[in-house]
Amino acid sequence: MPDTSLVEPYAGRDPDAELLARLRRGDEAAFLALVERYGPLMLRIALGHVRRPAVAEEVVQEAWLGVLDGLDRFEGRSTLKTWLLRILTNRAKTRGEREQRSVPFSSLAPAGEDGPAVDPDRFQDALGRYPGGWVAFPADWETVPEERLLARETLACVQGAIRMLPARQQDVIVLRDVEGWSAEEVCDALELSEGNQRVLLHRARSRVRAALERYLEEPA
Amino acid sequence: MTCQELVELVTDYFEDALSAEDREAFEAHLAICEGCVNYLAQMRTTVRITHDAEALERRPEVAGLLEAFRDWRRTRSA
Repeated sequence: MPDTSLVEPYAGRDPDAELLARLRRGDEAAFLALVERYGPLMLRIALGHVRRPAVAEEVVQEAWLGVLDGLDRFEGRSTLKTWLLRILTNRAKTRGEREQRSVPFSSLAPAGEDGPAVDPDRFQDALGRYPGGWVAFPADWETVPEERLLARETLACVQGAIRMLPARQQDVIVLRDVEGWSAEEVCDALELSEGNQRVLLHRARSRVRAALERYLEEPA
Repeated sequence: MTCQELVELVTDYFEDALSAEDREAFEAHLAICEGCVNYLAQMRTTVRITHDAEALERRPEVAGLLEAFRDWRRTRSA
């Protein structure tokens, strides 16, 4: 069984089925409720692709218009929220690519997407006593007081690390680990295979762990 | 399985996506390697904080309550 103690995934029918029905009937309050429910998430995802808040807001606005345009064609084979995010991420990606082309020095450019989860220097090479084994064991974080783990600075470190991720890794870790979406929902929304989704999640989590490690273990 | 190989499989392990053979090798390695046990726990903690960070940013006062809740839950199951 997947380890659901990590994050509880949503399981069940479309939680927005009622809102969707009301929306189709032209219920304005339903639309506003939907905007309130998913707007912040959509903005956050958009910001991972375009960086500039004003542009991200435009992307979100356009996405909502796209939702209304496509509403009659939406067959409900996916949930409403995965459909919303699919529209949003497609627009964010397109806009993001356009923005990148017009930025001469990409201060937006994140570090390479590829790379091992852990710096190879942390492991013994072929000449070591245990090739492929840890040079020094990772620390036991059980000894870190909970209040330090939950302190504002620690949370800021994690959020900062997430913001530094390449856009696609950010998309996956935000939807999976921040929002608690299931793997299936994320694959649906981001149009990824299960394998691709896992690779992106793996890279994202590995980087965030590394950032957290650097932060927690820096000498006082 | 070496430690260096294991760390690349951690997410697959959590997602229950390893083959039976790989999972066996993974768990066999964990049984004898404190370093990797710690690494796994670090990844779990990372996911936990990632999940909490968002909520706690909106409501910083919840951090203390969350800690109290976890203490309560721990003593309950003890």
